[in-house]
Amino acid sequence: MSSICFYFQVHQPLRIKKYKVFDVGNDPEYFNDAGDNLTNNRMIMEKVANKSYLPTNKLLLELLNRHPEFRISFSLSGIFLEQIENDFPEVLKSFQDLVKTGRAEILSETYYHSLSFIYSREEFRKQVEMHRKKVKKLFGVTTEVFRNTELIFNNEVAQEAERMGYKGVIAEGADHILGWRSPNFVYKSPGAKNIKLLLKNYKLSDDIAFRFSEKGWEAHPLMADTFSSWVSAHNGNGDLINLFMDYETFGEHQWEDSGIFGFLEKLPEEVLKHPDNNFVTPSEAIDRYNDLGEIDFPHFVSWADEERDLSAWRSNDLQEDALAKIYSLEEPVLRTKDKGLIETWRRLQTSDHFYYMCTKFFNDGDVHKYFSPYESPYDAFINFMNALNDLKIRINEKLGTIKPKKRGRPKKEIDSVIEKDDHYHNPNLIIELNKKKKHIIDLRKEGKLKKIKQQ
Amino acid sequence: MSLNTAFKVFVFEHQILYNIGNYQQVLLYLIYPPMQTQKPRVLMFGWEFPPYNSGGLGVACYGLTRSLVKEGADVCFVLPKNLGNPHRFLDMRFADNTDFSSLYDQMTVKELEVFLYPYLNEETYHSKEELLKILREKGYAPYASDLYSEVLRYGALSREIAKTEKHDVIHAHDWLSFPAGIEAKKVSGKPLITHVHATEFDRTGHQGTNQKIADIEYAGLQAADKVVAVSQLTKNTITKKYGINEAKVEVVHNGIDEDYYKQKVILDNKLANLKRDGSKVVLFLGRITIQKGPDYFIRMAKKVLEHEPKVYFLVAGSGDMEKYIMRQAAELKISDRVLFIGWLKGDDQAHAYQISDLFVMPSVSEPFGLVPLEAMINNTPVLISKQSGVAEVTRNVLKADFWDTDEMANKILSVLAYSSLNSQLINYGREEVKNINWGKAARKCLGIYNKMILNPT
Repeated sequence: MSSICFYFQVHQPLRIKKYKVFDVGNDPEYFNDAGDNLTNNRMIMEKVANKSYLPTNKLLLELLNRHPEFRISFSLSGIFLEQIENDFPEVLKSFQDLVKTGRAEILSETYYHSLSFIYSREEFRKQVEMHRKKVKKLFGVTTEVFRNTELIFNNEVAQEAERMGYKGVIAEGADHILGWRSPNFVYKSPGAKNIKLLLKNYKLSDDIAFRFSEKGWEAHPLMADTFSSWVSAHNGNGDLINLFMDYETFGEHQWEDSGIFGFLEKLPEEVLKHPDNNFVTPSEAIDRYNDLGEIDFPHFVSWADEERDLSAWRSNDLQEDALAKIYSLEEPVLRTKDKGLIETWRRLQTSDHFYYMCTKFFNDGDVHKYFSPYESPYDAFINFMNALNDLKIRINEKLGTIKPKKRGRPKKEIDSVIEKDDHYHNPNLIIELNKKKKHIIDLRKEGKLKKIKQQ
Repeated sequence: MSLNTAFKVFVFEHQILYNIGNYQQVLLYLIYPPMQTQKPRVLMFGWEFPPYNSGGLGVACYGLTRSLVKEGADVCFVLPKNLGNPHRFLDMRFADNTDFSSLYDQMTVKELEVFLYPYLNEETYHSKEELLKILREKGYAPYASDLYSEVLRYGALSREIAKTEKHDVIHAHDWLSFPAGIEAKKVSGKPLITHVHATEFDRTGHQGTNQKIADIEYAGLQAADKVVAVSQLTKNTITKKYGINEAKVEVVHNGIDEDYYKQKVILDNKLANLKRDGSKVVLFLGRITIQKGPDYFIRMAKKVLEHEPKVYFLVAGSGDMEKYIMRQAAELKISDRVLFIGWLKGDDQAHAYQISDLFVMPSVSEPFGLVPLEAMINNTPVLISKQSGVAEVTRNVLKADFWDTDEMANKILSVLAYSSLNSQLINYGREEVKNINWGKAARKCLGIYNKMILNPT
């Protein structure tokens, strides 16, 4: 028997706008870029919704209607749900329609797509709970299977998820953990009683998520019948095949002209041609299949990059510093009991902020692997730290440790005359500006400047 | 499939892969036998050479030539005047060593009213005397009373050298030696490579270019079989401003000389005293001319000081805008925080880098820009303008547009405030700069020579 278990990750962070040191103490909004920049969150969401979410949801709904055996599951970050709830109700509705079929499961995760499990267990539990409530509110379902941010997982994650009442956890089927064992079975975790593990079959998942449009790949162009023959080949030596990937694979990472939608449309039909194949949701997989014993995850594993570890978020001084600083605010920010401040603090915990500071691809010269709205990891860090310092000031003001004070930008003196026309390359302009400048200086000497200002 | 067969298959595949690996090597050897090329002999024309140099051109010629010799080229470097030859790795000739007096008599060189100097433009100099004084102060040996005539004289003299010196290619550095390269090519018919370290547009900050220099530059680019640009930025200037075909221009980034690492450092605490009250130090080092953007440095300093008053801004260097910059600092009322420390040499320079918390190069137009690399070697984080060639080869530095003084100030304040940023820029920068060396540049040049020798156009 080969059961296919689809899980799609859906997430969009709230990117921090260009936030300069001069904005610290003056601008409490970090995520409201409305310009034509990659940090304009609304613009990015709109683009991805049109290219990926809306067309893929439409197609999946058709497929669910066409094939009663078809199953899918999603993990939607809270910060993503928030954005579509506020600005893109049609996107939210398209996800709700899928869930209504009863054959699209919603998984649990941290609301802010954060690394809180590593830094604060208390905060982690709160964020999982927040997410559970949000899903209940928007979809009317209760989550049963947990997946941590970027599939960051070790034995402790399983134990924690079990304590929180989940029956399963999703993790990466990393080679160095599995060894000779196959990811195509359900496993258990040492130290936990009943909770089951579903491990990603990264080879088959990446065939769709990464290699699909690679022209140099021997299987390119990949067709649904070929792929389902690979799936069927596992009959007899595996229970289920976990295909876990970013939802943006459809239409955003793999563009429409790569044929990804045609592939997806044909896939259920081709898979179901083989009588031993079917589809399951993660919950169904856990209920249906017995575990094949324990698998030990003694250290953190994730689904990121070749390394499959934490290095995407924690491999340089900038990242470590920024992470330490944001979590050091936990106690004071909670003490303020100020909802707005706490929310902002949590929004700054989203893992993407720290990913943008990663220098590992950057230094290999492999810039294509580095998806970031910022020009460099250094720019990402400066931006983040400036925003964080502003938050710190607001926390301290609230707690009364510093006096609240409106610190406007320092007044500019004569220099501002020149600054408006910041072009030194027009000699006539320079002469003109210098004249103006001299005029002002003269006026000042004569004490006439004040009068002009009053006029 | 049992585990046993799986293992066998693995071994079998492994062997095949292993053999294929060997075959590939043999095949490669058959298809591309190691080239038995002769040492290319390069007739190279320059204008200055350390220690008698006034700027980056001499340093660059020195670094490139030395690595070329190391990589197996024969270089005959021609200079306009005998300056003594402390460098034994190459064969150096001086254009005025040979007796060409008869030829010189035949030449008509017109005396020009304006005295020119490679890095300064005419409007900046009021009199010949003032310039000569400045040049002498810097230890620069002025070649003649009139640079422009010198350039042409140099060109004429190079004909004789091209006749007597055996060579495969001609390589001329910057406009000053372009006429020499062109003349040599006329005599020997060998391929000419003109190497552009800076264009007239860079030197003048894209305003008030000297037409005569631009004409010489254009002639050199036209006559060349191949043009080498020190950066993509310079290549863009060459193709856009001079209309040279893109395919003709190759980018060869500069490197930093290995000698720089060996520099001895004397740590006196004269400058370090500035930091005793906890002040931070931000450094500008370079000629105080419009090209280097010193005025942007001052405006940025003003912005930083409004936010963080305990910072000193050091301006190391001299140039025609010095007085203007001092006035500007005074008008902005930051004179007590902007210190002019003059032109620094060798160890003093290294020391200035070391005590500084940040080095800033706000150049308006910088074809390459070696100084940030020196700062990085001295464990100093750097902030450079995006309008610089060096920005194309460095990643672990901060970058901003030269005109965006807000962003410059933002980045300066961040480096001063966040120690992790500071330390990472230092550590990663020091590693990165090791890969920016003249060996790379020399190998690229050798590739170009070989191509030109095999397929002369």
